[in-house]
Amino acid sequence: MNRALTRLAAAILLVLVTLSLAAPLLESALGHNPEEVDLSARFEAPSLSHPLGTDDLGRDVFLRLLYGGRVSLAVGVAAALAAASVGTLIGLLAGYFRGRLDALLMRLTDAVIALPLLPLLIILAAVDFSKLGLGALVQSESASLYRIVLIITLVGWTAVARLVRGTTLSLLNRDFVRAAFALGARAPRIMFVHILPNAVSPIIVATTLAVGNVILFESVLSFLGLGIQPPVPSWGNMLTNAQELIGTAPLLAVWPGLLILLTVASCNLLGDALQHALDPRARLKR
Amino acid sequence: MLRFLAHRALQSLIVLALMSFVVYALIGLMPGDPVDLMIGSNPRLTQEDAARLREVYGLDRPLLERYAAWAGDALAGDFGYSRGFARPVLEVIGPRLVNTAGLMLAAFVVALAIGIPLGIVAAARPGSATDGAVNLYCFLAISTPTFWLALILIMVFAVTLGWLPAGGTGTEGGFLETTRHLILPVATLALVEAGAFARYTRAAMVEAMRQDWVRTARAKGASLPRVLVRHALRNALIPVTTIVALSFGGLFSGALVTETMFAYPGMGKLIFDAVMGNDYNLALVGLLFATLLTLIGNLGADLAYVALDPRISFDAPEHER
Repeated sequence: MNRALTRLAAAILLVLVTLSLAAPLLESALGHNPEEVDLSARFEAPSLSHPLGTDDLGRDVFLRLLYGGRVSLAVGVAAALAAASVGTLIGLLAGYFRGRLDALLMRLTDAVIALPLLPLLIILAAVDFSKLGLGALVQSESASLYRIVLIITLVGWTAVARLVRGTTLSLLNRDFVRAAFALGARAPRIMFVHILPNAVSPIIVATTLAVGNVILFESVLSFLGLGIQPPVPSWGNMLTNAQELIGTAPLLAVWPGLLILLTVASCNLLGDALQHALDPRARLKR
Repeated sequence: MLRFLAHRALQSLIVLALMSFVVYALIGLMPGDPVDLMIGSNPRLTQEDAARLREVYGLDRPLLERYAAWAGDALAGDFGYSRGFARPVLEVIGPRLVNTAGLMLAAFVVALAIGIPLGIVAAARPGSATDGAVNLYCFLAISTPTFWLALILIMVFAVTLGWLPAGGTGTEGGFLETTRHLILPVATLALVEAGAFARYTRAAMVEAMRQDWVRTARAKGASLPRVLVRHALRNALIPVTTIVALSFGGLFSGALVTETMFAYPGMGKLIFDAVMGNDYNLALVGLLFATLLTLIGNLGADLAYVALDPRISFDAPEHER
């Protein structure tokens, strides 16, 4: 049962990623682009040229979902990787140097974990970046993309930091690390050459699980109008639009949510399966 | 015990103080400032007026100085005025806090009533079809975007079937109306949260069922239900209680979305509206309240852990917690 579920999850992710990557190809095959407004073709039923019909502006729902998927997946992976990198660095530093630095970094981690994330993310998303002297970033085309990756990274590194710190602490006593010390290796070499490769599997598990969570946060922020800004489609902001139309076109609200659910559930299932595969003892831990 | 409590409480206070500074700084970074808003509502204000107003309100002073002034007032019990409500911030927050508490409590109870039995049933026969079904539900629940679930529930039960109201509180209609208005928001929060509770309960139960004393009880002829409830559940509840207390913060985040979706006048919606409406004082204090609640939840989790499990002592060394 579980193995079948894991395969299904992998297959779903594969299909979604492939379709998202192939979006430009499908676009030319269908003969219209996702931003093309056609007021004479509003709320059309599914047909050959519009596989999932059209929305309130006559745009093709299928193509918009694919392009939204590109954005959501890209943000999910980018922010999860960025957060994992920050967390790894903090965990390595805390575990390696111990003492005061460790205490400071871990209290910081505890503090961030203790915060109500969503309200905090909402405030972070509302920050005016030009007041920080980052005006150039605000001007660029995909500003809202960078911005959301940045703010999710700011709060998302804690789980990996704790994991890596724990692993580092236990690895420091192992013979191969002590041998490296005896040979006169310096701190960066020990951290990145001897410890990091041995901490990779928990990091991979945590990152996989984080992708799903990031997509959830991205979608809710975009839905609230604080994430990815239209006309760039994302699953979250497509739902903002659909919310006003639930009386007229309920299906518009079904598709993006279903895709978020499928993607996030698949990431979670895969992360869970990886955890079992890489560390049988970790089954009962959180 | 007292030392432990005092230590944790002090730590929480420091987090709260740091958080108040960070949020204060962040809110200063939000677009516009109070004087911009005054100019917006009164176009006759000149540049000189604006500069003078900024001086009067101290907006031209450095961040640390402004924060110190705010913190001094706050410690004296003055949290300032809400711009949007034109009333003291605390007066605005009070009733909202009551509404949120009601919503969260109801959702909490329902989520526990669904989640814990599901976890027990799943752990009774690991690997069975029931276990698989519960597992699938858990994964779907923790993967569902709360706002989407709310949207679908509104669509089905309020728009299409017309059985339940789509939003508001219905306090004018008496107890029955209030309850009717609570059903959908509570269902949204509880369905999601129950998944997490069931998952933790199952994990803790499976662990407990492996213990020697459970095997002994079985060997002596106790029935499976009796062993599950009398022997395993009592022990499994220790980790579950901790997780449940920790999920307090998550439930609050969920409440923000749920309240916004159902136009339910609680703290979450208040914070969201305050941020969107540039109501700086209100956003700041609202967020601090949310942080305080989460910290209290965490403190409760620590306490529950030590209080429930006699094997853990308060004087255990700090590291590896």
